[in-house]
Amino acid sequence: MNMMTNAAHLADEHEHHDTGENTVFGFWLYLMTDCLLFASVFATYAVLFMNTAGGVSGRDIFELDYVAIETAALLLSSITYGFAMIGAHRQSRPATLGWLMVTFALGAVFIGMEINEFHHLIAEGHGPSQSAFLSSFFALVGLHGLHVTAGLIWMAVMMLEVRKRGLGSQTVTRLSCLSLFWHFLDVIWVCVFTVVYLMGVL
Amino acid sequence: MSLLGNLSLDAIPFHEPIIMGTLAVVGVAGIALVIALTVYKKWGVLWHDWLTSVDHKRIGVMYIVLALVMLIRGFSDAIMMRAQLAMATSGAEGYLPPEHYDQIFTAHGVIMIMFMAMPFMIGLMNIALPLQIGARDVAFPFLNNLSFWFAVGGAVLINLSLGLGEFAKTGWMAYPPLSELSFSPGVGVDYYIWALQISGIGTLLTGVNFLVTVFRMRAPGMKLMQMPIFTWTCTWANILIVASFPILTAVLGLLTLDRYLDFHFFTNDAGGNAMMYINLFWAWGHPEVYILILPAFGIFSEVISTFTGKRLFGYKSMVWASGAISILGFIVWLHHFFTMGSSANVNAFFGIMTMIIAVPTGVKLFNWLFTMYCGRLRLAVPVLWTLGFMVTFTIGGMTGVLLAVPGADYVLHNSLFLIAHFHNTIIGGAVFGYLAGFAYWFPKAMGFHLNERLGKASFWCWQVGFYVAFMPLYVLGFLGMTRRLNHTNNPDWNIWLYIACVGAVIILVGIVLQFVQLYVSFRQREQNPDTTGDPWNGHTLEWATASPPQFYNFAELPKVRDIDAFTDMKEQGTAYQQPARYAPIHMPKNTPYGILIAGATTVFGFAAVWHIGWMAALGLVGAVAFYLMRAYDSDVDYFVQPEDIERIESAHLQQVGVASTDRTGEVTA
Amino acid sequence: MSSHVPDHTHDAHEASHGSVKSYLVGFVLSVILTVIPFWAVMTGAFEKSTLIPLVVILAIVQVVVHLKYFLHLDFSPASRASTFAFLFSALIIVMVVGLSIWILYSANAMMMV
Repeated sequence: MNMMTNAAHLADEHEHHDTGENTVFGFWLYLMTDCLLFASVFATYAVLFMNTAGGVSGRDIFELDYVAIETAALLLSSITYGFAMIGAHRQSRPATLGWLMVTFALGAVFIGMEINEFHHLIAEGHGPSQSAFLSSFFALVGLHGLHVTAGLIWMAVMMLEVRKRGLGSQTVTRLSCLSLFWHFLDVIWVCVFTVVYLMGVL
Repeated sequence: MSLLGNLSLDAIPFHEPIIMGTLAVVGVAGIALVIALTVYKKWGVLWHDWLTSVDHKRIGVMYIVLALVMLIRGFSDAIMMRAQLAMATSGAEGYLPPEHYDQIFTAHGVIMIMFMAMPFMIGLMNIALPLQIGARDVAFPFLNNLSFWFAVGGAVLINLSLGLGEFAKTGWMAYPPLSELSFSPGVGVDYYIWALQISGIGTLLTGVNFLVTVFRMRAPGMKLMQMPIFTWTCTWANILIVASFPILTAVLGLLTLDRYLDFHFFTNDAGGNAMMYINLFWAWGHPEVYILILPAFGIFSEVISTFTGKRLFGYKSMVWASGAISILGFIVWLHHFFTMGSSANVNAFFGIMTMIIAVPTGVKLFNWLFTMYCGRLRLAVPVLWTLGFMVTFTIGGMTGVLLAVPGADYVLHNSLFLIAHFHNTIIGGAVFGYLAGFAYWFPKAMGFHLNERLGKASFWCWQVGFYVAFMPLYVLGFLGMTRRLNHTNNPDWNIWLYIACVGAVIILVGIVLQFVQLYVSFRQREQNPDTTGDPWNGHTLEWATASPPQFYNFAELPKVRDIDAFTDMKEQGTAYQQPARYAPIHMPKNTPYGILIAGATTVFGFAAVWHIGWMAALGLVGAVAFYLMRAYDSDVDYFVQPEDIERIESAHLQQVGVASTDRTGEVTA
Repeated sequence: MSSHVPDHTHDAHEASHGSVKSYLVGFVLSVILTVIPFWAVMTGAFEKSTLIPLVVILAIVQVVVHLKYFLHLDFSPASRASTFAFLFSALIIVMVVGLSIWILYSANAMMMV
C-alpha cells in the first residue's frame, strides 16, 4: 500500500522528477571546473614551450601524420558514443552495448598510440625531465590521456551495468554524464592538437 | 627502500619539547574524549546521527566544529609567533628556533585560511542556505557528506605533520624555487601539497553541489532575484570556488610533478620559471579571499536587515555588487606580486582594477548604512559583530587601496604593513562575519540560545584585541620591519612588538570567552530553548522551521512571493498553517561511504608524503572501490510517511502556539 | 530511482539528445575542420603569419561545432543554464590564460630572457 502511494507520489512530484537532470547539470558544472584545470596547464605550456634548455623543440619531435591518426580515432569515437546514446534513449540494449564497445576500442587505440609516443620520446632521451618545454608537453598531453583512461574505465563499468541492469533511468543518466565527459575530452583534444602539435611545428 | 618508505621513528621530533608537550596535551584530550564517549554511551549517536549523516544541517554543524578546533590550532601558532617576536628583540633569540618558527608561520596561514575560515564559511552555508531557499536538502546530499570528509582528511594530514616529520617552512604560498625538492628536501611541502589537494577537492565538490541546489531546487515561486541575500552572496562565492579551485589543483599538481618526477616547471634549471607558480597561485588566491568575504557580506546584510526590522536597502544593487566583485576578483591577482618585475603596463592595469573593485564594496557599505538609517537597531551579539566589522573592514579596505598603488607597494611589499592590512580585512571582514553568523543561526541549528553576556564580552575582547594587536603592525611596516622575521635587533621596533603581543593575549581572552559561552549555554540549554523557531523575528524561510529544523526541513514546500518570504507569510497569515494532508517525503539514508572514500584518499595522501608505494596504491584502489560500492548500493533512500510528518508538525506548531501566548502574556503584563 | 521514463517526455528530450542526422552533420563538419589545418600545416601551403590565425580560428569553430552537435548546448530553456555556465567559464579562461601570458611575457621581456 505504502509502496504504491510512494511510487504514485514520486511520479507526479516535480522535485524528484528531474533528479537525473540535476545530476547531468551538476556533472556539467564539474566539467567546467575541469576546463579551468586544463586552461591552467595550457597557460603553463604557453609560457614554457620555448624554454627548451638547449634540447629538442616541438618541430624536432612531433610527427603530424601520427597525430592525425590519433585525432581520427578520437573523433570517430565521439560519433560512435553519440550512436550509443541514441541507442540508450531508444532503450535498445544491444545497440547501446555494441556502440559502447566500438567507442571503447577507438579510445583504447588513442591511448595505446599516446603511450607509444611517450615511450618512444623517453627512450630517445626526450623525457619530461629534460626541459621545461618537455615537462609541460608531457603534463598537458598526459593530463588529457589520464582523462581518456579514466573515461575508458568508466565506460567498462557502464558496459557491465547496462548488461546487468538494462537501461533504467539511473543508468541512462550515468551514460549521459559519460557522454558529456567523452565529448568534452574531444573538445580538449581539438585545443591540444592545435596549440601543441600544429602550432608546435610551425 | 623499506616497507614504510621514508618513514621511520626519526620522523617523530622527540628533541622538540614544545612539540612533544603539545602532542601530550592533544593525546590526553583525545583519550578523555574517547572515555567520555564510552562512559556516556555516545558512540552510536556519534556514528549514526552525525558522522554518517547526509543532512545538510548536521554537516554544517560538523564543519563548524572542525573550524573551531582548527581555530585553536591556528591561534596557538599565532600567539606563539607574537610571543617569540616580543621576546626575541634587541638581539635576543627567543624560544623558537628558526626552523620551527618557519613551520609555525606556514601552518598558521594554511590552517587559518583552508581549515578554519573555509570550513566555517561552508558550515554556515550548509546550515542556512537550503533552508533559505525552501529546499529539503542540497542537490547531492551524499556528495555533501563526502566533501566534508575530504576537508577533514586534509586537516588530519596537516596536523599529522606536527608529530610525524615536519611541516613546510616556505610560507603559506609555498613559492618555488624554495618549495622545490632541492631547497626543501623534507616532507613538509609534501604534507602541504596533499593536505591542500584533498581538502581542495572537497571544496570544489561543495561549490558544484550548492550551485545545482540554488539553480534547480528553489521553493516554488522563488525567482533568482528573490533569493535571500546570504544565498546570493554564497552563490557568487560558489561560482568563484568552481572557477578558481581548479587553478590551485593544477598549480599544486605541477609542483608535485616537479618534486616527485623531476619535471621542470618552476625549477631554476632546465628552463623552469618560478614566476608561473606565483602567477597561477594568486590567480586562485585572490578569488579565494572573495570566496571568504562574500558570504560574510551576506551574513551582515541578513543581520542588519533582521535586527533593524527593515527590508534590506538596495537588494538588487547588493546582488550586482557581489557579482561585480566576483568578476573583478578574477582580474586583480597580480597586485600580490607587483614587485615580481613585470612591465609598467601590467602593473598599472592591475593596480587600477584593484582600485575599481573597492567601488562595489563601497556600495555595500552604504547599503548597510542606509538599511540602519531610521531603523531601530537591536544591539544583539550578531549586530555588535556587524558594527565592529563596518568600522574595522573599512580601515582594512583603505589600506588595501593604498597597497594597490604599485609605487607604494614597492615600498610596502612583504612588510608588516601588508600583514596588518590582510588581517584587517580577513579578521575584521570574514571572521567577524562568521562569528556574527554563528551567533545569528546558533539557536536555529541547536535549538537553544547562546549566552548574551558572554557573547558580548567575547566580542569586545576580539574587537579591542584586534586593534591592539594589528595597528602596531602598520607602524612597524612603516618603520621597515618585514614579515617572517624570527628575531629582531632594532630598539625602535620593540615597543610596538610588545603592544602587538598584548593584543594577541586580549584576542585569546575573547576566544576563551567564546568557548566558555558555548559551555555555559549548553549547560543552561533547558532554561533557554528556542521554542518558536523564530527567535529574532526573521525575514527569511529558515525561521519558518522549528529549531533545530525538522530533518526534512519543510513538511510542505513553501510558496514564495517576496524577497523576505517569511515576513510576507507572517503578514499574510499563511505562516504556521497546517495543510489538509501531508504527502510522503522522499529522503536519503545516512551512509558511511563518505568517511570510507575520504579516509582511503587520506591514506593515499599520507603514503604519498612518505613515498610508501604499496600504501598509496591501496588508498587509491580503496577510494575507487568504495566509490563503486556506493554507486551500486541500491539501499539509499526511504519515505517519511504522512502520519509521522503530521505528528512532528503538530508538536512543533503546538510549541509555537504555547510560546506565542507566552509572549503576548509578557507584553500585556 | 525507479525505472520510469515517461513516454510523453521522450519527444521533448529528443532535441537535447541529438539524432543520427545531427551527429553525422557534426561529425562531417569536424572532419573538415580537422583536415584543413592538418593539411595546411603539413604541406606548408601558407606563410606562417597566415597559418597561425587560420589554425586558431578553425579550432575555435570546431569547438563550437562540438558544443552544438555533440554536447547539445543551445539557448533553449532546458540547456540555457549549461550554456551560460560554459560562457562564464570561457570568459574566466580567456582572462586567466590571456592575462597570465601577458604578465609572464612582459616579465620575461623586462628581464631580457
